[in-house]
Amino acid sequence: MKLNKVKIRYRKNSNGTTSIRLNYFGGYSYENGIKKALRLIRTLPDHLITNPNTEKDKLKNIHLKEQALIIASDWEKNLLLKKNESSFKKNNFFSNLNSKIPDGPLADKWTNHKSKINLVSPANKRSIDIIVVGTGLAGASASATLAELGYNVKTFCFQDSPRRAHSIAAQGGINAAKNYQGDGDSTYRLFYDTIKGGDYRSREANVYRLAEVSTNIIDQCVAQGVPFARDYGGLLDNRSFGGVLVSRTFYAKGQTGQQLLLGAYSAMNRQIARGKIKMYNRHEMMDLVLVNGKARGIIARNLVNGEIERHSAHAVVIASGGYGNVFFLSTNAMGSNVSASWKIHKRGAHFCNPCYTQIHPTCIPVSGEHQSKLTLMSESLRNDGRIWVPKKLEDVKAIKSGELKPTDLNENDRDYYLERRYPAFGNLVPRDVASRAAKERCDAGFGVNKTGEAVYLDFAAAITRYGKEQALVKGQDENDPILVKKLGQEVVRAKYGNLFQMYEKIVDQNPYETPMMIYPAVHYTMGGVWVDYNLMTSIPGCYAIGEANFSDHGANRLGASALMQGLADGYFVLPYTIGDYLSDDIRTGPISTDTPEFESAEKEVKNRIDSLINNKGKNSVDFYHKKLGKIMWDKCGMSRNTKGLKEAMIEIKKLREDFYKNVSVPGSSSEFNEQLAKAGRVADFLELGELFAKDALERTESCGGHFREESQTPEGEALRDDKNFSFSSAWEYNGEPSKAKLHKEQLKFEAIEVKTRSYK
Amino acid sequence: MDLTLKIWRQANVDEDGKIVNYSISDVSPDMSFLEMMDMHNEQLINKGEDPVAFDHDCREGICGMCSMFINGEAHGPDRLVTTCQLHMRKFKDGDTIVIEPFRANAFPVIKDLAVDRSAFDRIQQAGGFISVNTSGNTQDANAIPIEKHDADKAFDAATCIGCGACVASCKNASAMLFVSAKVSQYSLLPQGKVEATDRVLNMVKQMDEEGFGNCTNTGACEVECPKGISLENVARMNSEYLYASLKG
Amino acid sequence: MIKTSIARKVAMALSGLFLILFLGQHFTINITSVFSEKTFNMLSHFMGNNPLVQFILQPILIFGVIFHFIMGFVLQIKNTKARKQNYESFKGNSNSSWISRNMILSGIVILSFLGLHFYDFWVPEINYKYVEFLPNDPDRYYIELVHKFHSPIRVLIYCLSFVFLGLHLLHGFSSSFQSVGMNNKYTNGIKFLTVAFSIFVPVGFIFIAIFHHLNVVN
Repeated sequence: MKLNKVKIRYRKNSNGTTSIRLNYFGGYSYENGIKKALRLIRTLPDHLITNPNTEKDKLKNIHLKEQALIIASDWEKNLLLKKNESSFKKNNFFSNLNSKIPDGPLADKWTNHKSKINLVSPANKRSIDIIVVGTGLAGASASATLAELGYNVKTFCFQDSPRRAHSIAAQGGINAAKNYQGDGDSTYRLFYDTIKGGDYRSREANVYRLAEVSTNIIDQCVAQGVPFARDYGGLLDNRSFGGVLVSRTFYAKGQTGQQLLLGAYSAMNRQIARGKIKMYNRHEMMDLVLVNGKARGIIARNLVNGEIERHSAHAVVIASGGYGNVFFLSTNAMGSNVSASWKIHKRGAHFCNPCYTQIHPTCIPVSGEHQSKLTLMSESLRNDGRIWVPKKLEDVKAIKSGELKPTDLNENDRDYYLERRYPAFGNLVPRDVASRAAKERCDAGFGVNKTGEAVYLDFAAAITRYGKEQALVKGQDENDPILVKKLGQEVVRAKYGNLFQMYEKIVDQNPYETPMMIYPAVHYTMGGVWVDYNLMTSIPGCYAIGEANFSDHGANRLGASALMQGLADGYFVLPYTIGDYLSDDIRTGPISTDTPEFESAEKEVKNRIDSLINNKGKNSVDFYHKKLGKIMWDKCGMSRNTKGLKEAMIEIKKLREDFYKNVSVPGSSSEFNEQLAKAGRVADFLELGELFAKDALERTESCGGHFREESQTPEGEALRDDKNFSFSSAWEYNGEPSKAKLHKEQLKFEAIEVKTRSYK
Repeated sequence: MDLTLKIWRQANVDEDGKIVNYSISDVSPDMSFLEMMDMHNEQLINKGEDPVAFDHDCREGICGMCSMFINGEAHGPDRLVTTCQLHMRKFKDGDTIVIEPFRANAFPVIKDLAVDRSAFDRIQQAGGFISVNTSGNTQDANAIPIEKHDADKAFDAATCIGCGACVASCKNASAMLFVSAKVSQYSLLPQGKVEATDRVLNMVKQMDEEGFGNCTNTGACEVECPKGISLENVARMNSEYLYASLKG
Repeated sequence: MIKTSIARKVAMALSGLFLILFLGQHFTINITSVFSEKTFNMLSHFMGNNPLVQFILQPILIFGVIFHFIMGFVLQIKNTKARKQNYESFKGNSNSSWISRNMILSGIVILSFLGLHFYDFWVPEINYKYVEFLPNDPDRYYIELVHKFHSPIRVLIYCLSFVFLGLHLLHGFSSSFQSVGMNNKYTNGIKFLTVAFSIFVPVGFIFIAIFHHLNVVN
């Protein structure tokens, strides 16, 4: 019996439907309609079993069944492709992107969905394994909650402890529509601000759900012992962030991310102690394993001894964060990488909107060639700091040469360009707007440090304002400038002390006395793995949460929303929605890692590692990473154009080819080898970078963090093109990044009117 | 700047290590210490030698991963910084810098300067949490007001980054400052008071099992702590522990 | 109960505080010898013959001393073991005082001194009272005291030991409060008291020794 004789035939019926005929083993089946046919294909293996009598027959049958399953999954793919092609021709949209948004009014969608989706009973949860990759806010909170619900969770992180994930570095705060300040905040307003801040490029239903669960997060975290800032009455304090008109940001000095992550980490620890989470520190996910088209496990590398391990599960959750490090210099941690997301992309998950990158306006400027990463100064500083450059070019020159100090310049010679251009929001415009404005000034020659890429963030006005206030409160002389300065500095120290200290350590200047210098830097990536409303990627059983997915922030993220999304996905969304998928898996039983799928995935991983180690080229891994970063920053950075993006695609491809020819990875694969780990990550960045440029090239409009020079208003503001680009671009891997296939998810806004984003 | 580096090289946990001398030139005073190490590694790779392994991640002083013992002090001569925030302007041209891993039996060396601090994770797992379910069905966040003074103190304790500098600096390799920071954070908050007794007993038990030394109040940990965690926390843990063990 | 690190630490602190109390009392009695032979004799006689002091407080004291130094050694051994591979370069002085890191050294000096001190006073005393059953003489204490400070070498050893006692106290006194969990607004006061006590008491003892030595010589 030969399986390759199995055939598939399509027939167009007269009424417009498609019929499919499947031939197999002398018999055949006819099905009307693609949905039914797909079901048939999935059950095909069952048709094979025909009362085997001898052992030999039984073995043969098992073998045939395995082959049939492989063929069936191929068919499934083929069918989907055929379907896509035909529908694409018809209405220029790929309809296989089923975002599974529930019906009903926006405000009820999540509640209705939760009450309708399938659940897994507590007894059955005990026999279901889930792998979580990454232990940032999303990964840690998801691991903890899934374990608490009763699933067996295996969690992986490349750091030496889950507490090190880069969520820990988030400074400013977390948004929640609690309206504790009574300033008119509501779920709808948070939803509206987020959609508007995202430049109308996010999925409405997801954002509303995010705003809805935001209040739960604060309750949850306080119960966990997260020490948020409080006022003298003992109640929670709030502050304001860019792009909004209310104070809804909860914070813990400049270390909110740290406190929230440690909260999630402690929840994880509780489950680790109970044995419900098995923690794999210093392990890196190397590949995803698919069995019958479903995510069934991963191949991981133990970074301490280099061993390659197989881990199986009924579902795999990717929570590995964003890909900002494709720019080499970013505010991400040194180890932050795209590999987990990229590996699932290559296995069939669509990668969505890679060009949406957030350039954060307030970072410490680059000091030289040796720079290894950039340091963020929290956006909260813009609450009190005023951003300016000198008005006259000769002053800029004098400052650069050291003849003039910024504090010597009087008010009339300063250009507070954000206050000038955006009077309504002033220094608190959203990040993309503030970043572009800084770039515009520096490009015009007004940059104030030796590289010409820095603007001032000045606290003198705030210090005086607070100082006078304090003097009045304390009944002291508010006209004594020395006293006022001292009191004002105390207030500023209490609010931003750790940030000021950090600045002073890095730059060696005292920001209480002289204005800070800042410049935009890559910070966050709104793009990521495409997911549906349930946070499932286009691979069944594979989920993406937190920064790793694309769903909530559109083309630009508002400050203090990343923490909110990470925890919302992990604590409150995924643990519910994953049950819908897993309810079909309660009879599956333990998944063996001793199968051809795991075998071949492991082999591929080993080959990749061996080829890197044995390459013995002439350039270090960082050499390539830095080059890639430069291409990305120059051509896919804060402003992009057709010519640059086309060049970037070619240059990245060339660089990638050179990398595989000439990279040098020292040491062996069976030891603690940081260079090897880094090489694997840079290899993936070298592919992602190309897709990034392709995506940016395709989207000829400007929106949020994506600014196309071809699409701007006469005043230089970003110009959106809602008619042609009101969609999310989900890219399907097709052998090479440049050949990736575009699937469009149309964005429909029911509860919101799409407007030009204005902060003037 | 031209510098002489004396770096601890150790292939893995089983093999003996030794100090190896290197020289490095053209170091910019604006570099961070780890950027200097990057530069050094780049040179080693280009010479075909094995680069120095060291732990690092966020490079902004918050993840707690970097862990170097520089010239006899955890995180080097500067105060209130981690290794990644230490800048080369703190050194002079011609200096010799001795770089070692954080040493303690409870922190076995993985390779060169990278050590295994999972003992800290296990201590946290023994009780460093509040047993509340993460379902979100908790009471409103403002239901229990917390005195600002206590909330601030809890926050100060909670800023511990778990880097292990306290253990490394302590002549006894004691982990009291780390453990007390967590115990303090929770014991200062009403939410954490409920299971305070078990928490302190279990965490201290685990701390002892991991093989850390005893605290003799030298105060070195407080001085070297990059986050300035106060000895007050250790005292608080001592009294919590006394109370808990008397209560049983 | 003294199996965990904190329990040991607290036990060390409590025994230390008890010894500090004893030291204060010992000093108070001794200093009277400078002013009034009569008072000193009277107090010494009381301490030497009161059954409460002799049969309850004295054993407790001896237990306290032995416990304190045995525990000190146990901790030292455990602590040294917690770091088998030592640093090539360890700058302890930059973050802690020499004395706080070397309590074991000052402790050993004090312990040896205690040996001498017991040999000088306690052994003859016990011998006098319980071995040879000599007649009760309430006026012998002052003469015995003065007699012991005849030798300049002994006086020198005493003085040196008191310096180490001072150093030991300088860390031990305030450290005990930290160990039993007291670190609050009174801590600065305790630190001041520590410095005062650990300078005043040893200097006082040194003064007594030299005073009697010079008296005898003259």
